[in-house]
Amino acid sequence: MADIAELHSPLEAFEEQAAPATRVRGYWQSVAYRLRHDPATLIFGAAVLLIVLAALFAPWIAPFDPYKESIVGRLKPFGWRDHLLGTDELGRDMLSRILYGGRVSLLMGVVPVLIASLIGGLLGIIGGFVGGRVNTAIMRTMDVFYAFPSVLLAVAIAGAMGGGIGNGMLALTLVFIPPMCRVAETATTQVRALDYIEAARATGASTIKIIRYHVLGNVLGPVFIYASSLVSVSILLASGLSFLGLRVRPPVPDWGLMLSTLRQSIYVVPFVCALPGVAIFITSICFNLVSDGLRAAMDVRM
Amino acid sequence: MAVIDTDKPILDARDRGGPAQPLLIARDLKKHFPVKGARGKSVQAVDGVSFDVQKGETLGIVGESGCGKSTLARLLLHLVVPDAGELVFDGEGVDTPDGIRVDALRRQVQMVFQDSYASLNPRMPIRDSVAFGPFIQGKKKPAAREIARDTLRKVGLDPELFGPRYPHELSGGQKQRVNIARALATGPRMVILDEPVSALDKSVEAQVLNLLRALKRQFNLTYVFISHDLSVVQYISDRVLVMYLGRVVELGPADAIFDKPQHPYTQALLGSRPSMDPARRIEEPPITGDPPNPIDPPSGCRFHTRCPFAEPVCETRDPPLGFWRGGEAHAAACHMLDPHSGHSLARDA
Amino acid sequence: MSFYILRRILYAIPIAFGVSVVCFSLVYIAPGDPLQTVMPPDATAETIEIVKKAYGFDKPLPMQFLIWLGRVLTGDFGMSISTRRPVFLEVSEALANTSLLALFAVPLAFFTGYVMGAIAGCFPGRWIDRVVTGAAVVGVSLPNYWLGIVLVIFFAVEYMLLPATGMGPNGSTGFHILEWSSARFLVLPVITLSMIPVGILSRTTRAAVAEVHNQDFVQTLRAKGLSEWAVTRHVLKNSLPQVLAVMGLQFGYLLGGSILVETVFTWPGSGFLLSKAIINRDVPVLQGTILTLSLVFVAINLVVDLLQSLIDPRIRRA
Repeated sequence: MADIAELHSPLEAFEEQAAPATRVRGYWQSVAYRLRHDPATLIFGAAVLLIVLAALFAPWIAPFDPYKESIVGRLKPFGWRDHLLGTDELGRDMLSRILYGGRVSLLMGVVPVLIASLIGGLLGIIGGFVGGRVNTAIMRTMDVFYAFPSVLLAVAIAGAMGGGIGNGMLALTLVFIPPMCRVAETATTQVRALDYIEAARATGASTIKIIRYHVLGNVLGPVFIYASSLVSVSILLASGLSFLGLRVRPPVPDWGLMLSTLRQSIYVVPFVCALPGVAIFITSICFNLVSDGLRAAMDVRM
Repeated sequence: MAVIDTDKPILDARDRGGPAQPLLIARDLKKHFPVKGARGKSVQAVDGVSFDVQKGETLGIVGESGCGKSTLARLLLHLVVPDAGELVFDGEGVDTPDGIRVDALRRQVQMVFQDSYASLNPRMPIRDSVAFGPFIQGKKKPAAREIARDTLRKVGLDPELFGPRYPHELSGGQKQRVNIARALATGPRMVILDEPVSALDKSVEAQVLNLLRALKRQFNLTYVFISHDLSVVQYISDRVLVMYLGRVVELGPADAIFDKPQHPYTQALLGSRPSMDPARRIEEPPITGDPPNPIDPPSGCRFHTRCPFAEPVCETRDPPLGFWRGGEAHAAACHMLDPHSGHSLARDA
Repeated sequence: MSFYILRRILYAIPIAFGVSVVCFSLVYIAPGDPLQTVMPPDATAETIEIVKKAYGFDKPLPMQFLIWLGRVLTGDFGMSISTRRPVFLEVSEALANTSLLALFAVPLAFFTGYVMGAIAGCFPGRWIDRVVTGAAVVGVSLPNYWLGIVLVIFFAVEYMLLPATGMGPNGSTGFHILEWSSARFLVLPVITLSMIPVGILSRTTRAAVAEVHNQDFVQTLRAKGLSEWAVTRHVLKNSLPQVLAVMGLQFGYLLGGSILVETVFTWPGSGFLLSKAIINRDVPVLQGTILTLSLVFVAINLVVDLLQSLIDPRIRRA
């Protein structure tokens, strides 16, 4: 092999070289830079962190046992005897139940999206890169699931299988796989047509190596952005499912389920009964705004 | 005026066929792309192209947009698999049972692409893009990086300054030098350049062309240089191949082609160059209209619909690419040159 | 052009087929013997045998699917386990009630969402844009059934303005749309149902309008001397196709999301039917409702796609 390192050459032809911009900033560094200077996203990101921590440390910060019932102290308003947020229809402390409920809700929000991203992303990348019949087969199958409105599909699957957390998560995962697949496929197809992929092939790189080094880095971005926007949808859907009685069984604290059981009591302590919804709303909106901020930082053409 | 590098090529350690063996022979290459939706029709991108490339020379390939040059480039590297025809690299058939394998071919032949915005991975620093080739071909990462650094230096880019940069931070000329470095990093014997300077400003173009010539001398390279720009091809090529609608219409030494073109198409192409010489002013365009649709090419000689000398024989028969008047080096595919064709202007040999 | 229409319709057929396969398999993913899921628990052995034959449970799976498909195409969706009435009847009644809601929710949501989004898109960055965007984000993050509960708390409990649940004083049979005594039951459900579509539509419209505003041809129009209002009309026309696509999807949401809202307001529509079926483990009703709703969704998407291609010639691909 001609050893290039051996042959020296003072190539005189190059006098001036316009020095490039002084700050070397790759893609991820520029993303970090933009995020650092985006106060709104940072604030809501902190809020999300707070919510997650509160749910994580619920056993330590909850003032009461969320399962402990009390015949006497049922449906009490805010501030009654140390119950900051009142009690529910079985006398259990609302604040504790809300804190504990966060664990299940966050789990249901993140896990299905994560699994759907992995499976859907993989299918999308394969389909987008291989193209042709394989791609058509994959996307047509996804189209069938797209034909269902997502709430309906989730309810159908969860309903048919009988309730329970596992089935609920399965249902949500299945609902999210088609959109993730579509996002990954679109991104992969776009990247595949670019010249540097051909150049990589010209050096003799195998398909797997090309995907790993050239495609993945460029596809991960859009997939991540979309996944982050799905988290809040997942939380909403999950709570909707448990509102219908399809996920958790009582007495497990869960925001959707709590809304359902408290519904009868709105005439007595309306504000207490609205509380779980407030929790869902705040969590969902924080995730939404963080995802928007991430998109603004990441979706930039260099 | 073409400058022919007269130094004899030093034989590469990997040489198999000897100095007389052409480095690359293309025989009757064909590639058709089926048209989506229209049953049975296809774009005849490359329709029976044959030529050879001598060791150490620069073969320029010239033609209008859509004549098949880019497809031909990709065929030579087997990035696109030919429908028919064969490739012979240094005496061995490419992708044949007892010949050279495609991945082995790719260690000896590389390609430089046109500098579009997507010729380099925007998320990879320059040194990684250049090191990718050696890395794929077996080198460990540190060794690959070292080769990348070295190659960047060879093309005139300071590796410390440019290595960690991203493509969007470089100018067009710098990016193209990176493309060249990427092609050279794997140590090829032949480089195919597909419109390498078409996207650059004229001043930068000159620098890059000079760089290419210097690199060729130093690394003992063979070039196949594809372009639609006649002056560029004239400057850098030893021999020139003129393509029209998927076929070769003329092939010969650069001087001969540019001074005494034999095919009417080449004559028209050269005649359409704006000239600074008032004596050679152009009154009207020598060639009019658009090239015909490659899906439905004209019968017989592909050029007959635009040729001022067309006659019935041109519509019915395909003119063979023969060495008529220019001797053994200069060939053209035109009935006017073939004394047996029946064309009224064909003179006896 | 008609070629495209034909292709689009033909394309919908395998989708509909796929949908029916999924619905069919719902019975099988249910835990337990599929036979039990379609029979009321107190059926006699005789009845079980008859049903077994009719459904073809003793035959291989593809055969069962064909049998099921045949029955579905003739309108026989089976019997509801809980009410013993034909599923087809239940579904069609319920669908009629849901359609009533949709009838009002669709124009309200689409109009409000579009106007809000258009205004925000025409004045990007100003306070009205922020307000609209904020409202949209809120709309999308809110669990709509919770909004329903809150509205009920306010209007029914605290201030006693509107009824909390149900469909009219006499139920669905005595519902007269033109009388306020019945129509007032519509108000809260319709508002609740519209919330998420308004949020999504205003966001989409705003993005589409802003994007069109930035295109070069807008500057050309201004340079020609068109009044600002005329330019705006052009911009709105051009942003319509994108918005239409989303509207179609939102219609589907209305079909699906109605399940939660109807449960809150005890509105006897298809969504409520669905949630009752879930509680009672009434799989035939579940199947029938989902099949109907999904097919309606497929049909709506088809119509929206065709409409889009009529308006935007760029969409008509070979």
